Order: sequence, then structure tokens, then C-alpha cells
Amino acid sequence: MDFYTLIAQIINGLQTGSVYALVALGYSMVYGIIMLLNFAHGDIIMVGAYVVYYSIASFALPPLLAVILAVIMCTILGVAIEKVAYTPLRSAPRLSLLITAIGISFLLENGAQLLFGADQKSMSPMVKGGFSMGSVGISYAAVVTIVVSVIAMTALTILVNKTKMGKAMRAVSEDMGAAQLMGISLNRTISFTFAIGSALAGIGSALYLCAYPQSSPTMGSMLGIKAFVAAVLGGIGSIPGAMIGGFAIGILEALVAAAHLSMWKDAVVFFVLIIVLLFKPTGILGKKIQEKV
Amino acid sequence: MKKKFTIPTPASYVLNAAILFVIWLAISMMISSGVITNYWRGILITIGINIVLATSLNLACGYLGQLPLGHAGFMAVGAYAGAIFMKATPAAALIRSGNTLAVLPLFVVAVIISALVAGIFGILIGIPALRLKGDYLAIITLGFGEIIRVVLTNIDSVLGFKFTYGAAGLARIPKFTSFNICYFMVILCIFIIHTFMKSRHGRAVLSIRENEIAAESVGINTTFYKTSAFVLSAMLAGVAGCLYAGYIGSLYPSTFKFMKSIEILVMVVLGGMGSMFGSVLAAIVLTALPELLRAFSDYRMVVYSLALVLMMIFRPEGLMGDYDFSLKRIIQKIVNGIINRRKGNE
Repeated sequence: MDFYTLIAQIINGLQTGSVYALVALGYSMVYGIIMLLNFAHGDIIMVGAYVVYYSIASFALPPLLAVILAVIMCTILGVAIEKVAYTPLRSAPRLSLLITAIGISFLLENGAQLLFGADQKSMSPMVKGGFSMGSVGISYAAVVTIVVSVIAMTALTILVNKTKMGKAMRAVSEDMGAAQLMGISLNRTISFTFAIGSALAGIGSALYLCAYPQSSPTMGSMLGIKAFVAAVLGGIGSIPGAMIGGFAIGILEALVAAAHLSMWKDAVVFFVLIIVLLFKPTGILGKKIQEKV
Repeated sequence: MKKKFTIPTPASYVLNAAILFVIWLAISMMISSGVITNYWRGILITIGINIVLATSLNLACGYLGQLPLGHAGFMAVGAYAGAIFMKATPAAALIRSGNTLAVLPLFVVAVIISALVAGIFGILIGIPALRLKGDYLAIITLGFGEIIRVVLTNIDSVLGFKFTYGAAGLARIPKFTSFNICYFMVILCIFIIHTFMKSRHGRAVLSIRENEIAAESVGINTTFYKTSAFVLSAMLAGVAGCLYAGYIGSLYPSTFKFMKSIEILVMVVLGGMGSMFGSVLAAIVLTALPELLRAFSDYRMVVYSLALVLMMIFRPEGLMGDYDFSLKRIIQKIVNGIINRRKGNE
């Protein structure tokens, strides 16, 4: 593998990695706040992808409007799921919450299959063309993906660290009971977290379509699991961790593909995850939690 | 001093065995008389396989209190091990000539191989995985399950000869799983789990579920018991895989995706975690119901997932909670009720 292919593959990796990172942020934030592995998160992306597909293919909306529509729909869906399925279970054992999330994921996948059909829907790519730097070809889609996700992540970091709502989110994730005593509205904060996570998923779905312009009812499940791996790898509950994890997984996949081992891609990703979990179970940036009797 | 009527344990085993025999007799008579069609006999075998899967996952999930998401991986390992062994033996010719009795020893060896190979994988996965807790354990077993599937798909290109036949699938496996074999294996698996859980080892496992630190402080070797319960669960999943291979006749790695593990988990959770009866009941209902609802097959998966969510919201402990069916207890209750009423009349 020469130097230029390596650079090209790393850019490819950064492109998929930024999608993983955006999705991983949603996982990580939800996990940080209510300790739930939101399995339905990957399927929210699937819904977002269908919104983009239909608004461009059937209603001929301009791509930007389609993306905005997808983000709005994903946000509404995410909050609705939280209100209907997760809020009644807030005091239930964590396992029932997890099973509910799996159930919602099933429901979205099968509902989409019923509504949109099981076949893949291909669309013409939203961002075409590219340029070359030296002998490395770079597509505009990759540039757009990386730039948009970096902007989204910066905005999220500012939101969490500088605003009042962000402070409330951090407080709730640290200690739910104490935060409530300080007058923070739990319901509002948790709903807001879901809204932000789902909005990022909406952006993620549009960026995913830039890279692979097709949508299918099951596209969310593997993407979701990979993004979740990214979140765990970076340290679940940590926002910069999710970003690092996402980019790491993306680049790792691209390098494995460059070594002509793309059918082992999934295995390599999970293998790295297992190694990380065994030697540093909290991930790269996770905090260690002392267990008390 | 009130005297209570109790059934001694050996007698209750005999009683249960008799009941199981009567059920077997009834079903075989229905099969031979044609009341149960071939189609439904297939569903009965699928139910049996799912019962083994659900009860074995219940061991790791309900009794041990962990959340493994890679059960389908162990099933896959067992299925491929059993199938490759059976293909190497003259079992197919024996079945074709109708000599099913001669297949039986081969089947026994295949089941043992499946269980052992799945058990070895259980040890390999369990020892590192069980160092972690809760969600991390869930995710690491999920990862292992996916790795097993990817390896099954791609191992041929590394080995250089046809071993698992990759994504094209391992076909023409002798169909050795008959209803009788399946029925017997289900009973055997449930018996193994039951006796394990009623022994002092089972109580050690339960104590780990309740509080691991407390269990360790009273001298229970938590690592040993966690691993052994996990490995037993993996071995039985391997047995289920072997039965599946012998029933379906061809294996594809894509069958054993993450979703398969989730399906098994759904059975355990809907039935009630830690309830063997619940797992059995949920395996039966969740296998038979989609077949009965085939007319609405477009909607059945939607209804199925909706049921799961509603169940969790309104009855999170599952259908049965931790209730377990016991014929002995029911008879004792009835008899004692009658005795008490007589005393009251006197």
C-alpha cells in the first residue's frame, strides 16, 4: 500500500468515522444521563434516511431542506419514543429498559418494512464530484461530511459546557436525585438530551446518505451497533470520547478494507472493542466508577 | 401440631416423568394418526429447539443475572460442529435407508461434540467477559457473537479448503432431528438446569445474582460459579444448535445474527427472568403465535415488537415473574386444602 492510498483511505475513514461519531454521541449522551443503551438510536437514523430519500425523490425538495426536515422528524421521533416508552420505566430495573429499547428498535425496523417495503431505495448522491490534491482524490461528500460533523460536535460541546441546559444535563448525569433537589426538571432535561441525540442522528443519516446513497429498513441496526462500539471504545458517557471512538472505528475499518480484508471488517472492529474492554473497561476517556457495597 | 401432607422428592420425580410420558404418548399418537400434520410437527421441533435456547439463556440471564447478547454465537458453534461431524459420518445413507436406530449413537456423539465445542467457546469467551459487569458484559458477548459469525463466513478462505462453506451455507446435513429426539433433548436440558439450580452450586449462582460482593464475602468462588453457569448455558445452546442443524438441513452464518440472540432474550424476558416455566411457555407461545398469525404475516413482526414494549411498560417482570410451575407443590396444596377442610368440619 503506497502513501497516497493510505491518505485516501484515512480520509474515507474520517468520513465514515464522523457519521459513527455523530451517532455515538447520541448513544453516549443517553447512556450518560439514564444509563440506557438506546438500541433504537440506530433505527432513528434509518427513519431520517427515509425522510431524506422521500423528500428528494418524491417531493423534489432541495437537499438542504430535506436534511432539515429529517433532523426535525428525528428529533420529534426521539422525544416521542422517550415519552411513550422510556419515561414510564424510569424506576424499573435497567434490564426492562434495555428490553424496551430493543422492542422499539424492532418496532421501527418492522414498521419501516411495512410502510416503505423491504427493498433498498437508491437515490442519486446529494453531493457530487470532488477534487484532487496531488495524487489523492478527495470527494466533496467527504469534505462536507467531515466539516458538518466537526461543526455539530463543536456546537454540542459548547451547548453542554456553556449553557444552562448543558449544566442541567451534566448535573442529572452525575446524580439524578441531587439534581432534582436543586430544582432541575428531570423530565425536561432528559427529553432535551433525547432531542439533541436524535437531532445529531438526523444529521448523521443525511451524512450517511452522502457516503452510501441508499436506505433500507435494516440499515440502522449495524450502523447503530458500530456507533455504539465507538461510544464504548471512547468511554461511554463522555462526549469527546464518543468523537474519538467514532473516528477510530472509521479509520480502522478503512484500513482493514485497504488491506483487502473487508469481509473481516466487523470482526476486527469487535475484536478491538474486546481488547479495549478487557484492559480498560471504561474506554479511552471513561471515568472509573468505584463500586460500593 | 398440624400434620402436613408432603410428597417425597423421588416420588415427585416419578410423577413428573409419568406426566411427561403421557404428553409424549399423546403427541406421538396425534402425529401417527395425522391430527398433527408434518407442517405442525416441524413447528413442534422448532418449539423444542427454542425451549432449549430460552431455558439455557435463562440460566445465564435469569439465574446468574448477567445479560449475554451472544447466545446465537454459541448456537452457531454447536450447530456447525454437530453438522460437520454428521456430514462426515454415513448418517445420511442410514436415514435414507430408514435405519433410524443406527443413527442414534451418531446423534449422541454429535450432541456431545456440539456441547463440548460450544462449552470450549463458552470458557474462552466467559473468562474474559465475566470480568466485566452489566452493560459491558452485554456488549462484549455481543462482540464475540458477531466475531463467531464473521469467522464462520470467512474461515474457508483462510483454511484453504471447504470447512463451513461460508456464506453459501453448509448444505445437505443429514436430517437426524426427529420429534422424539427433540422431545427427549428438551426434557434432558430442562432436567440438567433444574438439578443444577436445586443443588448447592445452583444456590451459589443465585447468591451471586442477588449480591456478588456479599456472595464472595461468605466464601463463594464467584469467578468459578459465574464461569460454570455461563459455560453450561453455552453448552446447552450448542445442543440446541445441533438439534437445529439436524432439523433444518442447511446452515447459513446469517441465521445467527445479533437479532437471533435478541429473539432468544425476548423469550426469556417475556416469560419472566429466573422462571424456567416462563421461558418454556414464552418459547412455545412466541414460536407458535407467528405461525398462527401467518395470515397477517405483514403485521406480525410489528405486533410482536409492540407486544414486547407494552409488556415491559405494564408488566416488566414478565408473564410469570419468578413463579415456577411445580406439580408437587400444586398437589400438596390441594391435598392439604382438603385435609384442613375435613379438620374444620370435625
